[in-house]
Amino acid sequence: MQLVLTEDQELLAKTAADFVAERSPVARMRQLRDKQDPDGFSRELWREMAELGWVGNPFPEAVGGAGMGLAELAVVLEALGRTLAPEPFLSCALLAGQALLLGGSEAQKSRWLPPLVAGEQLLTLAFQERRSRYDVRNVATRAERAGEGWRLSGEKIQVLDGISADGLIVSARTAGEQTDAAGITLFLIPRGAQGLANVRQQRIDSRGASLLTLTGVAVGAGDVVGTPGGGAELLATVVDRATVGLCAEMLGSMTAAFERTLTYLKQRVQFGVPIGSFQALKHRAAQCFIEIELTRSTVMAAARAIDAGDADAAKLVSLAKARCSDAFVLIGNEAVQMHGGIGMTDEHDIGFYLKRARVAEMTFGDAAFHRDRWARLSGY
Amino acid sequence: MPSLEKFHAELNEWLAANAPKTLAGLPVSETGGNWGGRRPVWDHPDMKPWLERAAARGLTAPTWPREYGGGGLEPAEAKVFSQELARRRLPLPLTGFGLTMIGPTLLRFGSEEQKREHLPRICRGEIRWCQGYSEPDSGSDLASLKTRAERDGDFFVITGTKVWTSYADQSDWIFALVRSDPKAKKQEGITFLLIDMASPGVSVHPIQLISGASPFCETRFDNVRVPVANVIHQINAGWTVAKALLGHERSMIADLFGVSERKQNARGSVLAGLAREYLAGDAGTLSDPALREQIAQCEFDERAFSLTVQRSRDAAKAGQQPGAESSLFKVYATELNKRRTELMVKIAGPAGLGWEGPGFDEEELARTRHWLRARGNSIEGGTSEVQLNIIAKHVLGLPD
Repeated sequence: MQLVLTEDQELLAKTAADFVAERSPVARMRQLRDKQDPDGFSRELWREMAELGWVGNPFPEAVGGAGMGLAELAVVLEALGRTLAPEPFLSCALLAGQALLLGGSEAQKSRWLPPLVAGEQLLTLAFQERRSRYDVRNVATRAERAGEGWRLSGEKIQVLDGISADGLIVSARTAGEQTDAAGITLFLIPRGAQGLANVRQQRIDSRGASLLTLTGVAVGAGDVVGTPGGGAELLATVVDRATVGLCAEMLGSMTAAFERTLTYLKQRVQFGVPIGSFQALKHRAAQCFIEIELTRSTVMAAARAIDAGDADAAKLVSLAKARCSDAFVLIGNEAVQMHGGIGMTDEHDIGFYLKRARVAEMTFGDAAFHRDRWARLSGY
Repeated sequence: MPSLEKFHAELNEWLAANAPKTLAGLPVSETGGNWGGRRPVWDHPDMKPWLERAAARGLTAPTWPREYGGGGLEPAEAKVFSQELARRRLPLPLTGFGLTMIGPTLLRFGSEEQKREHLPRICRGEIRWCQGYSEPDSGSDLASLKTRAERDGDFFVITGTKVWTSYADQSDWIFALVRSDPKAKKQEGITFLLIDMASPGVSVHPIQLISGASPFCETRFDNVRVPVANVIHQINAGWTVAKALLGHERSMIADLFGVSERKQNARGSVLAGLAREYLAGDAGTLSDPALREQIAQCEFDERAFSLTVQRSRDAAKAGQQPGAESSLFKVYATELNKRRTELMVKIAGPAGLGWEGPGFDEEELARTRHWLRARGNSIEGGTSEVQLNIIAKHVLGLPD
């Protein structure tokens, strides 16, 4: 494993940085929030990102993808994270897209993946419930046998980009008790299916999220993604991939929040001197710098471990997510504190980073969850 | 690379003929190897011939020029040599501050005469060196040092006290910073001077630490006469030399605590394994959830650090400039070692409280001493606070 960007990755980073500078300042995200955009992102920009090949990055060429790895996608997501770009990479390209790629039937893949990669249709994965916290195996949603198929009833919360998705992959229990690993099945349901109620949820980061209620939604055998009853493993695999994507985004966001704060420390004058000359602030800034540098190493390692299929990839994902969660929250808090009063105002952008830090921390497991997972995977 | 292969073959032949077989797998002693000097301590009687043969071949300082007693090897050849030593589990023929600190400094700043005088004796392990930088009143603010150097013809007369002079009680020469111009700006009145410890007026007093006996000493100079010819670089330009050496020392300290990926994996099991010794219920999930979480966090920190060291090396290999990340190695590695040693004592519980005597096993006593000694890691070689100042100023560009 080489923890250094290849020439191609450097080039990709530059393209992404240029795109973000030109097309996606933080002001864009603010506008989407202010006009209460139902999607919470720009479909136009999403299609452009697809044309640039970014959406198809982690998909094979057969479905129009670039056949690259997470190490490449991470470079793009880091750049987008710098300005909090809200486009649906996690929900569509990683969670649902990878679930279909790894577990979907040929018919499902040929129906959904080419338009997904082209940025024309969206998919998401609905796996979180009110009581599940971070455990993807904690599933109360039931799938009852009904002839050749099933009927699904239950509720999914904070479904990423759920309102915008043309299709939803939903985890439901076909057997077993609420927290059993076995007995979970994934079903692909098109939007607007009978019995499906989907309402927008408003979270602090303003991104697309929805509350999904299923009341006897009818699905057939052909709608199963992966093996019936064996969904837990597929869920864990795709959540790990999405976690690495989220980590890369968080890395970009925390780096940008820190850079903005550094600039402020050099410009803001109090007591006749720049506040960045105060040792109390210098040391805290240096600590933030250290955390970002360590975090960067873990994110690069996790992406490369998954790409290489390393045996300890899951452990490295936990390492990266725990570090990203702790570091981003630290920097979000420090950024607001060091900006002082102006940092508390909605008018200033820095608060957006704090809000996103909290949401990202609690997506796919916080640091405590991943310490526990690391310990379990290490046998203690 | 046929020439490297040829070198490797010749080296193997030489090692087979000259490396004492008795030394293979010799456990590293408490002193950490063979330090040479006028009063050498041999971990094993065969260390003496091993040093002499290696020195004759230039292999105590493999990359130094041959004319000064080195081996004149290319970096790739020197790497082959150290790999061969590791493969054969042979100890280094010689270690010490002569090779790691004053030697490289002399190569860079010394006069031709000084190099010819000192470097060959370092290579042969005849002279053991120590460092005289800090003073009782000059710790982090090293440049405020006060040890007086008064000119008297061809001599400087030195009066003052140096502290934290590691192994001064066993050393033959000291390289020291002295105040040669008390009127100049503090960094501009300092001279870098080599002093023979056998000179009249030099006295050495070992220092006891909170962890017990230590290599540290206090070294006092009472009107010690030192030839002006022993000045390195120029009079009053010692700070330049000192800074170059300090940077070197910091990277050495970071290396010392930096854990390789392989070692780190082995260590991971060490903490959990230790916890199983002391916690009730020895299989499955550890019974103390708080301790379990602290172990995981410690392992996270170690892995994140070793990955960062790797990232820095990978970037260097790819021909990139050293990145900002290397500035954090010293502060992070030492703070991490403090957390880790503290956690180990915590895991042991009451068994971690022993100082000496019955009721505690050797490992328990050693762990507790390590914890106490590790408190100094973030003080020696530049405190963590000084390191953070350096990052804030030189990496982040924050104003003074």
